[in-house]
Amino acid sequence: MNKKFRIAIIGAGPAGMSAAARAAELDISHVLIEATPVCANTIRRFQKRKLVMAEPALLPLRSSLSFGVGIREDILQRWDDELEGLKVNVNTGTGVTGISGQEGNFQITLASGVSLQAEYVVLAIGLQGNIRKLGVEGEDLAGVQYQLDDPEEFNNETIVVVGAGDAGVENALALSEQNRVILINREEEFSQCKSANFDLLMEAVTKGKIETRVSTTTARIAAGKENDLPLIYVAQTPQGAEQIKCDRILARLGARPPRQLVESFGVHFPNNESTAVPQLSEQYETNVPGLYIVGALAGYPLIKQAMNQGYEVVEYIQGHAVEPADEMLLKDKFKGVPGVSSVSQGIAWIKNTLPLFATMTSLQMREFMLDSVVHIPAQGEVIFKRDDYCSDFYSVLSGSVSIQTEHKPQSVSAFNIAAGNFFGEIALLSGRRRSGTAIANENCVLIETPRRSILKLLHSLPAVRRTLDGVALKRVVQNSFGATLGESQFELLIQGAKLKKYATGDVLFSEGDQADGLYMIQRGSVTVSRLVQGLESVLAYVPAGHYVGEMALVSKQPRTATVRAASPTEVILLDAERVKTVIQNNPSIRGKVDSRYLQRLSTEGMASSSNFSGLAKFLIEHGVGEATDILLIDYDKCIRCDNCQTACSDAHGGTARLDREAGPTYGQVHVPNACRHCEHPHCMKDCPPDAIHRSPSGAVFIDDTCIGCGNCERNCPYDAIKMAAFVPPQPRSIWQIMLGKDNSLPISSPENSTKKAVKCDLCQGLGTGPLCVNACPTGAAYRASPEAFFAGKDGVGTVMRDDK
Amino acid sequence: MNDSRISGFLAYKNSRYFKFVSALVILAILSDALLPVGWESFGGTWLGYTLGIISALIVLLLMGYGVAKRRGGFIKDTNVAGFRLRSTLQGWLSSHVYMGTGLIILATLHSGFQFGWNVHTLSYILMLLATISGFYGAYVYLRYPQLISQNMGDETLTGLRRKIAECDEVAREHALGLPDEINVLVTTARKETRLGGSLLHQLRGYQGSCPTSFAVNQLPVLAKKYTEISQTKLMRDLYTVLLQKEKLVLRARREIMLKARMQFWLYLHVPLSIALLAALFAHVVAILFYW
Repeated sequence: MNKKFRIAIIGAGPAGMSAAARAAELDISHVLIEATPVCANTIRRFQKRKLVMAEPALLPLRSSLSFGVGIREDILQRWDDELEGLKVNVNTGTGVTGISGQEGNFQITLASGVSLQAEYVVLAIGLQGNIRKLGVEGEDLAGVQYQLDDPEEFNNETIVVVGAGDAGVENALALSEQNRVILINREEEFSQCKSANFDLLMEAVTKGKIETRVSTTTARIAAGKENDLPLIYVAQTPQGAEQIKCDRILARLGARPPRQLVESFGVHFPNNESTAVPQLSEQYETNVPGLYIVGALAGYPLIKQAMNQGYEVVEYIQGHAVEPADEMLLKDKFKGVPGVSSVSQGIAWIKNTLPLFATMTSLQMREFMLDSVVHIPAQGEVIFKRDDYCSDFYSVLSGSVSIQTEHKPQSVSAFNIAAGNFFGEIALLSGRRRSGTAIANENCVLIETPRRSILKLLHSLPAVRRTLDGVALKRVVQNSFGATLGESQFELLIQGAKLKKYATGDVLFSEGDQADGLYMIQRGSVTVSRLVQGLESVLAYVPAGHYVGEMALVSKQPRTATVRAASPTEVILLDAERVKTVIQNNPSIRGKVDSRYLQRLSTEGMASSSNFSGLAKFLIEHGVGEATDILLIDYDKCIRCDNCQTACSDAHGGTARLDREAGPTYGQVHVPNACRHCEHPHCMKDCPPDAIHRSPSGAVFIDDTCIGCGNCERNCPYDAIKMAAFVPPQPRSIWQIMLGKDNSLPISSPENSTKKAVKCDLCQGLGTGPLCVNACPTGAAYRASPEAFFAGKDGVGTVMRDDK
Repeated sequence: MNDSRISGFLAYKNSRYFKFVSALVILAILSDALLPVGWESFGGTWLGYTLGIISALIVLLLMGYGVAKRRGGFIKDTNVAGFRLRSTLQGWLSSHVYMGTGLIILATLHSGFQFGWNVHTLSYILMLLATISGFYGAYVYLRYPQLISQNMGDETLTGLRRKIAECDEVAREHALGLPDEINVLVTTARKETRLGGSLLHQLRGYQGSCPTSFAVNQLPVLAKKYTEISQTKLMRDLYTVLLQKEKLVLRARREIMLKARMQFWLYLHVPLSIALLAALFAHVVAILFYW
């Protein structure tokens, strides 16, 4: 076989097959080269009878082959028939080892020694040749596998599935039919898989068929003891190390691009990330003219996208201008944006304007834009208000946005976010209220990206995450030290800064340690404590947006206190020497840090002399650290009338959202079972219909789209969510009414009625304010945030505020 | 931190209702002393009428607290056309207490000290009874929460009952290996120890000749009789359990007593108030038509 083809297509996956089919349809001389003996080998290795998804659902299919959601076997059969019907020239069973030459005259060497000539080459080899391993001790033990051919082979086993991408979730689902399955997700949320898989997973979790561990990584794998299960999987969970005894470990961590091979063809990669994809033009052409890359290797792992690209690449090679399949959808996004007449122009504008997204390919950019919204706010329009709760992410395309961090309108503290920058990342990362008000200036164009999409992006593109972290770091430092710092001093300060993560209870640093730097809290909160007569006494609570660790830097002594994470916490650690240098060189900062130091000394003196410490410890132990708005009851005033509960139940369809008597008590402070509106609400993590939101005022509430799956109820560590049927209020007898007796039904209601999740929504929309508080006759019930609580209790101002 | 949390219902919003009612009462007394109206048939003078109308309005306001407590409609915390509308039950209670207190003086002035066997005096007496029961209520509301906290700590009544049942079970097992005399003692302590009971029992908060206390007292006496070594250890364990149970029982009884005392007065206060409303209505009708 020494023939010259117009197009050689390498790799017979969905992208390659679709390209070959289009070429065959257009009657172009072509060859489809496949290393394995069959076309669509990866899909053939899917589980039997597996449902193959056709995401993104919005995107239309454009290919000479058909494709839609369906069973693996049906899809493969159809493709086989269609390839045959179109007379596609397939050459299977031998891989490509080398490509040389240039446009119009490529030499393709096959593993069999044969060489082919082609005018154009389409590389559609995907990633499956290069699977990622666990990278820990024991990754190659027997029973640790990276591929699942037939889930029915295994039954009554305990299997740990690592990786919550589509492959991991699908394997876990299939295995859960006959095995105990534990799914390990290193992220906090299941945002990496397709939404259809997500729904199935949530259903399986609801039914108790799959157990999950989130924010968990693999520490190591060890062989089990004799007469016990053969493997021990050691997981690093936020609560600490957990040993899971199991029969089998299945790791589905995806695959890396076969970079060396691709580079040997002369293709450049934009950076050294392991996940980097080759730099491509919008027509999928590499830096080698005539050599095109489509499909997973181009960064597009989804079947439908790959098939569309296969079709389009042939059209481009033939010199036909085709619109990408998502063109119509994107056109709508850019409608009315001044100066943008086409989608590619809009995409190019975004790429050129916003350095954050510079490393994304145009194709990734298109996908990103499908989730986002372009806004053209009028001058003076408020985009969000300070102290609002919302976590969308904004990028400024043109014009600018003023951010006011003070409550006073038009205050001097406003600063501008110019085109090319982004904002809203502080609330996104910290889960706290907006730290400023954003107001649009003249000719402003913004891109708003929802929380879930931006988290997905940060997860999949480390470079974007780093850029974002870098800018966020600058802003955090600026917020803490004021904008007076010169650029050079500033650069000095942030060089070598490290991002560190801590689980609840982890120690950031201990009393007596040498000072290693200044800890800027980006997310979560910490407590400052000291050993007093052998007991750890909590002195202060410091939330995100503030810093700790300056005392030892100022005094040049070892650490005088221990700092622990009060909730899952992320900090930026600034190097000690650099901080000292900057403090010495800048009198204004020095004054700021010094005054804080003195303030802290005075408050700590007060705190240790009061009973604050025990109370603070108690509250932190019960998760108050991650609350934003918690119901507390002063038991020295509570007449136990349960009017809080009755009023709540009356206002909310007969189901009280709090249980006054349940919950812990310390001294006179009682923490009833009720929602505390966490900073990063646990209930939001796995909500299939995305029905849980945070209102701008901060209330975490469940909307009408709740499907009653019960995930949130299980995910809430505080028992604050109940599944309840709506029960019309029962008529009460005159005596019950007069004596204020509650006859609301218990939480459990008739079996056949559909239950939905209910929780405290701070009585929003009722016009009453929170009824638990406002219907308390003696003022015993009150709502507080940890900051307010720790600052106000017994006059001990132990929350550190830099500016107030 | 809002001040209402620190202050409680008496000092709600810087004692605004105390100040208001005090001013009202002082004004009424001064008018009474200074204005030239005779004491004879005081209710019939214009000042008498004014005081009567104010008192009647106050009674309606006092009833308003009852409605606010039971119907959400009187509680508001919202912005209406930029104007903050805020009323809390704590505010209602604060005004209820002070208005009720002020009412005694205003109604007494209004009465002109003319009492007799009629509906007018009946209203006055009902008013006094309702207010006095209210004073008791205010006292328990202020004092008892702390007593309850001190007695219960982190415990609940359900928890106490469970622990008592556990003690009973352990005591029963111990007693099985001991003579009948002791078995009877333990069985009686299990079956006849009373928590709660009738309203009177609840309010008293103790059980005369409580079988658990009796068992605790008797056991050391009986111990002298049974001195076998195996029995001695059992007796000692049994005694420990019974002591523990007695403590729990006393705590539970105290909890029930405190709660009962904190609640029972409402069973007087509410009917008295309603009777007062009815009598007041009769009083007003009588005056309008027959005076």
